[in-house]
Amino acid sequence: MKVVHLALSVNAEEQSCSFAPYKTLLEVLREDLGLTGTKHGCELGECGACAVLIDGEPQLSCLVLALECAGRSIETVEGMARGADLHPLQSAFADFGAAQCGYCTPGILLTAKALLAHEPGPSRERIQEAISGNLCRCTGYQQIVEAIEEGARRLSEEQAR
Amino acid sequence: MRVVGKPRRRVDGRAKVTGQTRFADDLVLPRMLHMKLLRSPHPHALIESTDVSRAKAHPGVHLVLTGEDFPTSFGILPITQDEYPLAPEQVRYIGDPVAAIVARDEQIACEALELIEVRYRPLETIASPEEALAKPEPRIHAYGERGNIHRLQAFQFGDAESAIAQSDYVFEDLFFYEGNTHLPIEQHASLAALDADGKLTLWSSTQVPHYVHRALARVLRLPASQIRVIATPNGGGFGGKCDVCNHELVAAKAALMLGRPVKICLTREEVFYMHRGRHPVLMKFRTGVTKDGRLTGMHLQTLVDGGAYGSYGVASTFYTGALQTVTYELPRYQFEAARVFTNKPPCGPKRGHGTPQPRFGQEIQLDKIAERLAKDPAELRLAMLAKPNSLTANWLRIGSIGLEQCIRTVVERSGWAGKHRKLPPGRGVGLACGSYLCGAGLPIYWNKMPQSGVQLLADRSGQVTVFCGATEIGQGSDDVLATIVAEVLGIDPTEIRCITGDTGITPVDLGSYSSRVTVMMGNAAIQAAEKLKVMLAEAAAEELEVAPDRLQFAGGRVSFDSRGLTFAEAVVLAEAKFGTLGTVGSYSPPRSPGRYKGAGVGPSPAYSYTACVVEAEVDAQTGWIRIPKIWIAHDIGRTINPVLARGQVEGSVYMGLSEALMEEQVFRRLPPKLSGALVHKFPSLLEYKSITSLDMPEVDTVLIEDPDPNCPFGAKEAGQGPLLPVAPAIANAIYDAVGVRIDELPITPDKVLRALQLKAAGKPARIGPDHFPAVPYPAPLIVPPPWEGGDGKEVKRDDAAAVV
Repeated sequence: MKVVHLALSVNAEEQSCSFAPYKTLLEVLREDLGLTGTKHGCELGECGACAVLIDGEPQLSCLVLALECAGRSIETVEGMARGADLHPLQSAFADFGAAQCGYCTPGILLTAKALLAHEPGPSRERIQEAISGNLCRCTGYQQIVEAIEEGARRLSEEQAR
Repeated sequence: MRVVGKPRRRVDGRAKVTGQTRFADDLVLPRMLHMKLLRSPHPHALIESTDVSRAKAHPGVHLVLTGEDFPTSFGILPITQDEYPLAPEQVRYIGDPVAAIVARDEQIACEALELIEVRYRPLETIASPEEALAKPEPRIHAYGERGNIHRLQAFQFGDAESAIAQSDYVFEDLFFYEGNTHLPIEQHASLAALDADGKLTLWSSTQVPHYVHRALARVLRLPASQIRVIATPNGGGFGGKCDVCNHELVAAKAALMLGRPVKICLTREEVFYMHRGRHPVLMKFRTGVTKDGRLTGMHLQTLVDGGAYGSYGVASTFYTGALQTVTYELPRYQFEAARVFTNKPPCGPKRGHGTPQPRFGQEIQLDKIAERLAKDPAELRLAMLAKPNSLTANWLRIGSIGLEQCIRTVVERSGWAGKHRKLPPGRGVGLACGSYLCGAGLPIYWNKMPQSGVQLLADRSGQVTVFCGATEIGQGSDDVLATIVAEVLGIDPTEIRCITGDTGITPVDLGSYSSRVTVMMGNAAIQAAEKLKVMLAEAAAEELEVAPDRLQFAGGRVSFDSRGLTFAEAVVLAEAKFGTLGTVGSYSPPRSPGRYKGAGVGPSPAYSYTACVVEAEVDAQTGWIRIPKIWIAHDIGRTINPVLARGQVEGSVYMGLSEALMEEQVFRRLPPKLSGALVHKFPSLLEYKSITSLDMPEVDTVLIEDPDPNCPFGAKEAGQGPLLPVAPAIANAIYDAVGVRIDELPITPDKVLRALQLKAAGKPARIGPDHFPAVPYPAPLIVPPPWEGGDGKEVKRDDAAAVV
């Protein structure tokens, strides 16, 4: 089978990999790079579970060909923590009950991270809008929204220090 | 309480936010192959022949399996073993699996699926319960009551009809609750492999590893000791992973035959076909009421659309009537139910299992009763509440009831008194209540063994490991387990290691369904932890020279006044004194007083209660419905971890709201020239609408604590009950807003608009079913209620007159 060789920048590390050219970024992350933190719920761009950041913007990795990602910076949930310390959004999600089954969590964390990069103190409505493409069946969204608000607070406190 | 009741990060919280939780499809093994299932494109057909020769020859294909490879049937209930891993002769719904390909990768497997040639002879499709009743042929199954009627049930707990006839008012209402599906974001996945010692291991996203274990032993004809089922953390369950699934059995068989690991992950479309979701139910409620607002009797009839297989359906059907008695005093009750087979994906248990449908009808009818009697809906309910520590007409034993406090709480917090019938046109409030089981009283298969077992190990490092078959589906069962053990032993939950959901190494727990885990696993955990505590106390007491019962276990210390040891020091002393430390606990629910045939569905160690107020805004021009706020109070008995408990309640509110306003698993007929078959209207996440963060209203959640003596620290369930009142409260709020009754789910803008048009035309402003078909219910089983001299057994018909 024909494969392509590509260097991908994932979580600020250059990763050299070979894969069939039809593979989506989702598939390459999970199957070729072993980064199974990125989830899938439909592989049709409907649920948001596979969201990752490409050059800082949330993208559905099931709709992006890995081939298109050469030279771009990809961030997955595995890249969020700083060493052993959780990112403020991650710790807020864990503390506020934002992750029940945890399956939609990686996609929402990254979507929220991108939102906070643009708007450090978003309103509740802006948060709801930002994650409206990420389906969660467990929480009813309220604890997720509160966790993002708390994550924003923790992040700005951290930056103020 | 030092740990119980305190808001805490769940013990598995870190794993979930770092992406480290290993779901089934995240697992990879060396030499792993991939499997795909070929599914029937016909809703009903006979398989005339299957040619797999081209698929077998396709490069990269390792194995092709068909129905011939699986001679043994299976099914979750012992009385309905009506499924085959791959259909051998007949397919009964679009998506029924007929063959499997195991190949080097998914791509090759998909290519090979195209090369299998199956010749079908299509049969007439049975599309609806009405058709199932009218057409005994073609028969979807060769078993059942007759024709396409799967199951009929009829009970009379006192002469309800004569009580209704003698009432001041009689209310007769029809309701319909459309089917809908669980939609867990994680698609079902399984990985099967042979261990180094030749035993089979199946990792699977299942809520019921114990039942999967039993089914594998049956279907593969292997001793159960040779099989290990590991339930991976579920990416959402909601009942959708409670059944034994075809793909689990087929992957296991393939791994056994090939000696290589075999993985399958269903596509989203396949998850819609797998289904086992909410049964569509048509209901007829006849209820008698006195003029001061007491119920005299209720006669409930249900017609349940089962889809293509049995699944949990017999139990689901019982549940469409079993819990009507546990919220309000109901002196006499008649219940008749029928489940029919249709050529649609099988229905099964979804959050609330069979009870949200009749709860929807009952709570709307109560709103109508309150209106007619000119009573406030909250006051009407408060005056008829079931009594704590009582028996119901159908012989369920109720323990604690926090419903009064729930109602008063939501009424006060929502400002009900100032809103109901007082808001401007287009805005309204509605109230409804509900109740749910804290675990089914009986296991799915008859046995006298415990329903949950817990094993504890402690060693000289101070480490405590707890083993239990309970399954983490996101609800927080591991956290409940760790918290309860930590509370008893006076340590922090994060110091405990939980090993759960693994039939190879954990004691049996029946699984995460029927809201049973907190109560059953929790009671077993307390028992195991108390035994360990006794040993630790005895050893520590010797060292500290105090009586063992004076020792305090708290904050990681075992102490009396200023004298004390660390927990780990106490473990060292106990290990020295008693040898290796291990204890077990187990739990069996109390025996239910009902002795009649059918009394097994409905009993529970305890019942949770919920009250809900919904505010609604309805646009009279478009029928558009907006829900600005929902108030909910849930009688949880005792809160183990308020962060998680609130999440369960709000998640239930969300799901109830989503079902009420948009979710529907529906089908359409193809035109006659395209066979007239029945196809799924939209097996996709895009078109199957569910509520997003933008649609979700603010939810005001209050946990009411009325501890139940049967429950661990008094804690009841929280994961299903709070769903029940949401849909009827919405329907009642819409009536308050615009004066129209929508007696069926989902309540969509087009239905509201049609009802408003009827209202404007001076016609009855109601949308809902207008007739209930003739169902051949059998003569009811006559069981006198406790207050009519009954003893919990059925009586012969001749004796019934004498008793009444």
